[in-house]
Amino acid sequence: MNLAKFRPSARLWPVLASLGVLILLYAGGCLLFENFGSLRVLINLFGDNAFLGVAAVGATFVILSGGIDLSVGAVVAFTGVLIASLIGHGQPPLLAIGLALGFGAGFGALMGALIHLYALPPFLVTLGGMFLARGLAFVVHPESLSIDHPFYGEFISQTLSVPVSRRLAIPFTAFALIAVVLAGAALARWSRFGRNVLALGSSESSARLMGVPIGSTKILVYTLGGFLSALGGVVATFYMQSGNPASFVGLELDAIAAAVIGGTLLRGGVGYIPGTLVGVLILGLIQTLVIFQGTLNSWWTRIAVGGLLFVFIVLQQLTARRRVG
Amino acid sequence: MSAPILVCRGLTKRFPGVVALDGVDFCARGGEVHALMGENGAGKSTLIKALTGVHPRDAGQAEVDGRPVHPRSPREAEAAGISTVYQEVNLIPDLSVAENICLGRQRTRLGFIRWGDARTRARAALARLGLELDVERTLSECSIAVQQLVAIARATDIDARVLILDEPTSSLDAGEVAQLFAVVRRLRDQGLAIVFVSHFLDQVYALADRITVLRNGRLVGEFPVAELPRLQLVAHMMGRSVDEVEALRHRERPAAAPGEPLLSTRGLTRRHAVLPLDLELRRGEVLGLGGLLGSGRTEVARLLFGLDRADAGETRLEGRPVSFHSPADAMRAGLALTPEDRKTQAILPNLTVRENLVVALQARRGLWKQIPRAEQDRLVADFTRALGIKTSGPEQLIRNLSGGNQQKVILARWLATEPRLLILDEPTRGIDVGAQADIERLLAKLRDEGLAIVFICADTAELSRNSQRIAVLRDHAKVAELTGSDVNEQAVMRAIARETAA
Ligand SMILES: Nc1ncnc2c1ncn2[C@@H]1O[C@H](COP(=O)(O)OP(=O)(O)OP(=O)(O)O)[C@@H](O)[C@H]1O
Ligand SMILES: [Mg+2]
Repeated sequence: MNLAKFRPSARLWPVLASLGVLILLYAGGCLLFENFGSLRVLINLFGDNAFLGVAAVGATFVILSGGIDLSVGAVVAFTGVLIASLIGHGQPPLLAIGLALGFGAGFGALMGALIHLYALPPFLVTLGGMFLARGLAFVVHPESLSIDHPFYGEFISQTLSVPVSRRLAIPFTAFALIAVVLAGAALARWSRFGRNVLALGSSESSARLMGVPIGSTKILVYTLGGFLSALGGVVATFYMQSGNPASFVGLELDAIAAAVIGGTLLRGGVGYIPGTLVGVLILGLIQTLVIFQGTLNSWWTRIAVGGLLFVFIVLQQLTARRRVG
Repeated sequence: MSAPILVCRGLTKRFPGVVALDGVDFCARGGEVHALMGENGAGKSTLIKALTGVHPRDAGQAEVDGRPVHPRSPREAEAAGISTVYQEVNLIPDLSVAENICLGRQRTRLGFIRWGDARTRARAALARLGLELDVERTLSECSIAVQQLVAIARATDIDARVLILDEPTSSLDAGEVAQLFAVVRRLRDQGLAIVFVSHFLDQVYALADRITVLRNGRLVGEFPVAELPRLQLVAHMMGRSVDEVEALRHRERPAAAPGEPLLSTRGLTRRHAVLPLDLELRRGEVLGLGGLLGSGRTEVARLLFGLDRADAGETRLEGRPVSFHSPADAMRAGLALTPEDRKTQAILPNLTVRENLVVALQARRGLWKQIPRAEQDRLVADFTRALGIKTSGPEQLIRNLSGGNQQKVILARWLATEPRLLILDEPTRGIDVGAQADIERLLAKLRDEGLAIVFICADTAELSRNSQRIAVLRDHAKVAELTGSDVNEQAVMRAIARETAA
């Protein structure tokens, strides 16, 4: 790209603004707290938020298509318990992971098909999906189940992590996050499917008249959402080394918040996958700041996120309103 | 006679309450432009949509080059060789111009879209229409005219056997129409069959080789252009005799009764939109706003109505200074505006005809004073009759009305508020000749009742026919004001062209 010619379109402003907020938060943390600027904090920021990031990329695609996916948290939890339970029953980890991913994709496809074939509102269908997946998670195993397997203990957390010093390594999950964001960004920007998703989200009736395959695009986008939720669940098992049917309640809302803060319009049609990563990192940084501060109640994280959301929604509205006569 | 390419037999389409298409035969030949004519709601768009798989048909067959085609979606129609520009702009507002032209047909390398190629193709397709613009601009930032051209560029960018254009020129100015016609003629000479729908008779007679007339969903007949005089065409469309149509046509132009000034502006300015503007609007007078597309006519309307805020200058209503911060302010003062872009700015697609009609009046009365249902029904009945709105009933969803009839409902919405000042931005766009005459007559009546009217219209003949005074805009500034005997087509054209030529 020719940098001299680079003039951000109005649509890019929210993303640049959130990037600015991210940098400000980080710089502020470095000024306020000793050690905040250390490499460890940075690495943990990526590693700790990897599962959210992966799931949020999926949620962003669904939002871009003009829909919404409320089943994210439940699918993440279900995947975790399923993997833990399968491994607990002596199945090989790779098979467990494969089954979990297959389940996620299939579950998404099912919701997408319902939404398309019966013209149902995505909000309700995925709400049903949320209850279903959450319930199924408790059927698989009613409480937290830790994963005890060399594949998890050594391979994932040691062999696959990249040491940067004697006591510090970049975890595999951080790489998984980066890889998913890059792949998602490429899919949104450079594939026909990605462009069809944006067209669908911007104007479904026009997209139909322009020959966009509405049905398959819709079903595929929920399939992708379900798959990435499941992948987020897999990444979460790497990170937690366990599965818990009661975990990740409300994760879908974090994912939606991350997408919106990252410049994606909730009405669909406009947004950027890398923006979602920025959103996830902002959520993570706020949490880190609250932890570093030490005396604040952890609910302050929520309050800060809420405030930030308000600011960004207003910002989006202002840039969207700009009209050229 | 050249060989038929597109042949339809017995096409039938029923919607709840209407038979929109009743056993229609239609045939488009290679190397010919075939105009499809009919009043608003006659079934032209439905014929096109039943053909291209937007609506499943209830009966009938279609063939392209002798092969039966039965597309279930516009995508399949395209694959069968039918490329279509549907009525109203149907593009993706949030994507770039280039992408709107190439969506679904992007060339890829290893699965990756080649954006450079898409931009080049888009530029080339637009250049064929004589248009040069930044193809990376977001579509929604472009004017309606440009959007319409983009839609046409998209349709002509593929190899097709049949090109269907449903009212493609409704937002274009004369120069753009000429460019489009050059492209259409070239495609015709390459052997394509072209189907053209328009309510502009001049354009139809300039372009078409053959005309098919529909009325109330039925085929009236197919005629070579040379054998169908205009009057006869209109008579066929309206289902009346030539004499009756002739009688309708000759109505004397009422003399203007000059009234007192209602609203006046001095030095009204908005950056990048309107240069200091002095205007005076009088009761009982139609002020025409002329000028090319992009000359600032719509911007003036938006400014007067409080949709945009002025940077400088003053507005006086009956001599008292006013400033409208929002359309609500303007409405309270008795102003009304029918916007140019009805699809995105006026229609509430999921509401009924009745709801669309009363919404402005309801807003004016205040949201808590619900208009009694009986009064609503009376309003709907009155206006459907006065404007000849064709619906299956007041509870029909407005999005299921034909394009021209939607336009009439929007007009009725504002007339129902009984405004003192009515601003009409291209009110007759997409309206058939009969209804156009009705609307012109209605305007004259309202004017004689003492309304001040601002009439924006790209068609200079229509503009001078209906205005008592014409302000001509160029490059966002008023360059001339015509009164009295100067209110004629030539004078308007001269005023538009004067400084452009210099
Ligand atoms: N989706 C729909 N549902 C119900 N009725 C419809 C639908 N689409 C069209 N109609 C009805 O079918 C009839 C024909 O409409 P159509 O849009 O084909 O008219 P048209 O000839 O294109 O008119 P115009 O010149 O105003 O565009 C109208 O009475 C219209 O109300
Ligand atoms: Mg039509």
